[in-house]
Amino acid sequence: MKVKVKVRRFNPEKDRRPYWAEYRLDAQPTDRVLDCLTQIKDQQDGTLTFRRSCAHGICGSDAMVINGRNRLACKVLVRDLGKNIVVEPLRGLPVIKDLTVDMEPFFAKYRAIQPFLINDEEPPFAERLQSPEARARFDDTTKCILCAACTTSCPSFWASDSYYGPAAIVQAHRFIFDDRDRGAQVRLAILSDGDGVWRCRTIYNCVEACPREIDVTRAIGEVKKAMLVGIG
Amino acid sequence: MLHRYDVIVIGAGGAGLMAALYASGGAKTAVLSKLYPTRSHTGTAQGGIGAALSNMEEDHPAWHIFDTVKGSDYLADQDAVKALCEEAVPLVYELEHMGLPFDRTADGRIAQRPFGGHTNNDTKQPVRRACHAADRTGHMILQTVYQQCIKRNVTFYDEFQVVDLLINNQGQAAGVLAVDIDSGELHTFQAKATIFATGGFGRIWKITSNAFSLTGDGVAVAYRRGIPLEDMEFYQFHPTGIKGLGILLTEGVRGEGGVLINGQDERFMPRYAPTVKDLASRDVVSRAIYQEIRAGRGVNGEGYVYLDVRPQVVNKYFAEDGAMNPDGTPRRITAADIRAKLPDISDFCHTYMQIDPIKQPMPIQPTAHYAMGGIPTDVNAQVVVDAANTPMPGFYAAGECACVSVHGANRLGTNSLVDILVFGRRAGQNAARYAAAAAWPALPRQPEAPLRGLFEGIRSSQGRESVSHIRQEMRSLMMDNVGVFRTAGLLEEAVAKLRELKDRFNRISIMDKGQRWNTELLEAWELGCQLDLAEATAVTALARKESRGAHYREDYPDRNDDDWLVHSLAWQEPGGSIRLEHKPVTLGLYAPAKRVY
Repeated sequence: MKVKVKVRRFNPEKDRRPYWAEYRLDAQPTDRVLDCLTQIKDQQDGTLTFRRSCAHGICGSDAMVINGRNRLACKVLVRDLGKNIVVEPLRGLPVIKDLTVDMEPFFAKYRAIQPFLINDEEPPFAERLQSPEARARFDDTTKCILCAACTTSCPSFWASDSYYGPAAIVQAHRFIFDDRDRGAQVRLAILSDGDGVWRCRTIYNCVEACPREIDVTRAIGEVKKAMLVGIG
Repeated sequence: MLHRYDVIVIGAGGAGLMAALYASGGAKTAVLSKLYPTRSHTGTAQGGIGAALSNMEEDHPAWHIFDTVKGSDYLADQDAVKALCEEAVPLVYELEHMGLPFDRTADGRIAQRPFGGHTNNDTKQPVRRACHAADRTGHMILQTVYQQCIKRNVTFYDEFQVVDLLINNQGQAAGVLAVDIDSGELHTFQAKATIFATGGFGRIWKITSNAFSLTGDGVAVAYRRGIPLEDMEFYQFHPTGIKGLGILLTEGVRGEGGVLINGQDERFMPRYAPTVKDLASRDVVSRAIYQEIRAGRGVNGEGYVYLDVRPQVVNKYFAEDGAMNPDGTPRRITAADIRAKLPDISDFCHTYMQIDPIKQPMPIQPTAHYAMGGIPTDVNAQVVVDAANTPMPGFYAAGECACVSVHGANRLGTNSLVDILVFGRRAGQNAARYAAAAAWPALPRQPEAPLRGLFEGIRSSQGRESVSHIRQEMRSLMMDNVGVFRTAGLLEEAVAKLRELKDRFNRISIMDKGQRWNTELLEAWELGCQLDLAEATAVTALARKESRGAHYREDYPDRNDDDWLVHSLAWQEPGGSIRLEHKPVTLGLYAPAKRVY
């Protein structure tokens, strides 16, 4: 089928401001948006710049705004969008070139919540035991691929880029609710300040944006609750 | 710009991060990766990591060793396999101690599932050896080891693409040259020890499970600097890639009971592997699928078959096979089990094929997946440069880019994750130890000059050849001529056509003349790497006149231990021709025997 792809473009070496470029191409209904961008780069304009790696929704490289929603370009098919496809870089992070944004502010927030198991007790020779129920408690948040789709869809983050944002809180949740971890109080203290979980206004954009179908707002709610009444 | 570190690690997948974790304890260490670390391909591994924990039934590292040697079609070096399988057990415990969220048994231990080629050596039946975190085990390994690197404050140069290996006049590795993708500037990294953990090169084939990034840069860079490549003719096609796309559907599907079904609604694997059936090793299963397709028994006579994990189908074959749980009850599976144990597979099928694997069978075809060959190393992860295993001072490699060889002619599922941890750790430890005693290696004169010239040449070229056309032709050619079934005729044609493509590559041009984020330029450079590796693969495949593991020659259908129980080494000579030699296989535990499943 014939599709029209509009891309928000910006080359820091040439352009004073971003502009829209339009490309017409033949695509299969089952093509990914990433296939369309690749086809444009290969056949029409080699300067079009975007990140991509695994191409099946696991590596988290190609989050972008597609027809107004934050999605992974490799996980949206043309058939779900129709003939008019509009692609923009993620909002709230500095644009470097075309669809690539500076991810460093995002990863800095990830690092800030101490995203590693905190437990100084001497481990047994073999594995620590953990019940299937205890493991299930934080299963959802272990799926996060750090693509930034949630954080950059969040109006609270747009309003204040010092907010840790949904992805960092999801990562904190993954440890706070792991019964092997001993660092919950440290993380809850970090997330209780003015840039922490209370900036979440339960708008649910993050839930819609997450390509891994993590119930992000619920996870944030559980962290809020843990601050108020402890970890249940 | 010049940087100096005791140890530099190239690549931030499981092997690179593990190396960095262990090197950074005693040496000033930096990691360079062309991706953000969490984008690395380790993250796409699904089904599990093999370790004989015996959590669910009797198992022993010795059984794991035998299965790996047999799986390798006796080409693996058995001292390296011993290290692999014995260290697997403490390393899986170490991952758990780091926080990896493994699935658990009812009594809280790490859960394990069956996988292809892993057996109880007494009964010959599949054994539960693959330790898993749903079907995202690789994702959890990558995340967990990266988390530990953050905890240890490891230095990262994210989105720095390594384009040259620096070797000085004394024959020492002295560091690397890298492009800062953001600025486009070249950076020289001088290091006492350099560790390559750059991954594989599945993108030289048309249908592949591999990420766009897997263009074999590290392997090609070493090859161009005079390091031989080992066993390049052995490349694994995973049996179950999504039809047309190549996206991996884990062997864990068959581990949970899934079966392969041809166009005549027949479960065909028992004809090829009567004992373990659908859980034979990957080379055997991929060949069986193609044989069904060739015999006209593909679905609708086309080039694919079904992977079927619908509960009623699985339970029918469990009953026929008399499959049992470890506690002796009959084995059964429910839709809820499949959703819990294979959530990502269900998601892929839904997203890309609009199929629910609980209700419909999945159309699959073999997909180019894993390089058994690569940069030769010894068991200490030190790179060796000839048939006598002479090490190159200061140069280490681990993971898929390396060939220890633990996988020989065919890798068993789950063993790549073991490999990256075992040999990533060894590389990090040994590089740090070496760096502690070593002086700064001299840098070659003007280390940036050759690549600066090459990049400027591509930028300014007025040639008429297109990078994407050459890439597409290479990938189709490799799929058609250097795939699962090979003959002298197909391979000779491949070698000739690859040389034509390499010639045309000299006349490419690109549109993006800029410095910053010039991915068109870097992709063009990557294509050059891919062409070199494709040629090495075709040339070594043509030379090996036998069939072993993943290398199947229809004109030489039998394994020939008298002449070919040897590793191959391929050098790129200064004029561009390829020189081949052989290297003995380290046996010692198991003598080669007939391989049946």
